[in-house]
Amino acid sequence: MGLQSRGDRLVEIINYILLALIAAVVIYPLVFVLSASFSKPDFVLRGEMWLLPKGINLDAYSKIFQNKDLWIGYRNTIVYTLVGTSINLLMTILAAYPMSRKDFAGRNFVMAMMVVTLFFSGGLIPTYLLIKKLHMLDTFWVMVIPNAVSVWNIIIMRTFFQSSIPHEIQESAMIDGCANWQILIRIVLPLSMPVIAVMILFYAVGHWNAFFNALIYLNDKDKFPLQLILREMLIQNSMKDMAKLTQEAVAKQAMSVEGIKYAIIVVANLPVLLLYPFLQKYFVKGVMIGALKG
Amino acid sequence: MTPELRVEQDRTRTATSPLLKTVKRNWDLYLMIIPVIAFFVIFAYLPLYGIQIAFKDFSAFKGIWDSPWVGFKHFERFFDSYYFWRLIRNSFLLGVYSLAIGFPIPIILALMLNEVKSNRFKKFVQTITYAPYFLSTVVIVGMLFIFLSPRTGLINHIIQAFGGDPIAFMTSAGWFKTLYVFSDVWQTAGWSSIIYLASLAGIDTQLHEAAKVDGATKLQRIWHINIPGIMPTIVILLILNLGSVLSIGFEKVLLMQNNLNMSGSDIISTYVYRSGILDAQYSFSTAVDLFNSIINFILLVTVNYVARRVNDTSLW
Repeated sequence: MGLQSRGDRLVEIINYILLALIAAVVIYPLVFVLSASFSKPDFVLRGEMWLLPKGINLDAYSKIFQNKDLWIGYRNTIVYTLVGTSINLLMTILAAYPMSRKDFAGRNFVMAMMVVTLFFSGGLIPTYLLIKKLHMLDTFWVMVIPNAVSVWNIIIMRTFFQSSIPHEIQESAMIDGCANWQILIRIVLPLSMPVIAVMILFYAVGHWNAFFNALIYLNDKDKFPLQLILREMLIQNSMKDMAKLTQEAVAKQAMSVEGIKYAIIVVANLPVLLLYPFLQKYFVKGVMIGALKG
Repeated sequence: MTPELRVEQDRTRTATSPLLKTVKRNWDLYLMIIPVIAFFVIFAYLPLYGIQIAFKDFSAFKGIWDSPWVGFKHFERFFDSYYFWRLIRNSFLLGVYSLAIGFPIPIILALMLNEVKSNRFKKFVQTITYAPYFLSTVVIVGMLFIFLSPRTGLINHIIQAFGGDPIAFMTSAGWFKTLYVFSDVWQTAGWSSIIYLASLAGIDTQLHEAAKVDGATKLQRIWHINIPGIMPTIVILLILNLGSVLSIGFEKVLLMQNNLNMSGSDIISTYVYRSGILDAQYSFSTAVDLFNSIINFILLVTVNYVARRVNDTSLW
């Protein structure tokens, strides 16, 4: 519509340039890590590699493939994510559906009971003592049970049930003699696939990235999730197996350990990065569903 | 039976307890929610019972109930401790710093993205800026260590290329807060902008057209239409953020912390973790944690009150 004023045109151009710069700043470290993981460590560590891989070299990856800890962590995280997300989803549905029903007497009470937990919690030590008392320390279950459901996600799902599924359908099913659980399984859930997809994604990413419960409650290295192994390797610099594999001089050892870190980051994030382009729109949808009604 | 009769009969049956009747009809709904309620009772409410050890000398043999009361002993010890002011200062500064930088940037980003007409460019920028949100905290901190390493890190190579001396970022107390805040902005700004973008999309386009007819420039329209339009969203998120100023990003601080940067990085929640989990001073650590929660709660209530007074927008 019409011609823009020169000022507006200028603002627009500056806006484009700034956004392009922002995008570059955000993506650069990621590209750098990827390139560095395929480069000869010497080039990277001397600062001679800036963007594209230099002196293509897959040593880092071959060393990673021989590292047992990393793969145990990987396997554990996959199991925690699968089992944990299933529990999360089940619990969220079991909470959200009754609460979405206006004829569910006591729903305000249940809601209040859940929301209170957002503001008051026992804190670190009382929770730790409880987990200990329940004999859940150092068990598989401590990674999936204490965070079995999130109040925010219950609210998101309940809101979706209330606002996106016509109440009349449920009522007519009820008149036809459908029991509540049948309504849930045959009518509500099939109509709720978008929000279910969003919940699965939110929960799964949470499990994939979680490390704090493991840090507090787990001692047994065979149960460590990937993030805890990553913490040891990337932050605490303990790469025993890796160092043993390189029999060269100490300085060189240190170098290749530094180089391996790039490859570790790539491998650890591979599933998320591969899925990201497909999942992104669901996440955005999830934020929207949560935000607009929140 | 005539309809009137049936109604009459229903009424007599339900007159005693209509509540009981709805409960009875929906008994399976109650069955569904029982596991969830059990979960909250066990994992959210039972620990509340444990808070009393903040006022006791907890001993594992005697259990929570039978441990002796000691009043405010642990609180006094905390207030008198050498670390007290350092912890308060670090927690407070880190919270305020995060808020001052981290809160406005997503809003600005959303306002900028909203002005982009090319859908492809917009999508491109969004896809890139959301991405770091999905990296784990461990990986983000790991990347900080790699990029900021004094000898081999990229940033120090750049500093040296311009003739500067390498800086030991990760082991310096002075750099800690800046690194924390800006790496957080890098990771989450794009993601946090989604809410504002959604809110911007809800603004009536007629307002913009009317303003254009009146000769308003782009910047004037952003200032007088877009910003007021998303103000309620901004206020709600601000309240939520302010309420948690003292409980900020505990996991990440813990990961970034080391002996050398401790004077700038030690905050209340990491202190709770150290004294409680690592040193097993359960009662003392619970007292510190409780103190932290109370401050947070007071902050939240105050901010909410002010917001309601000033802006008519509040959480409750």
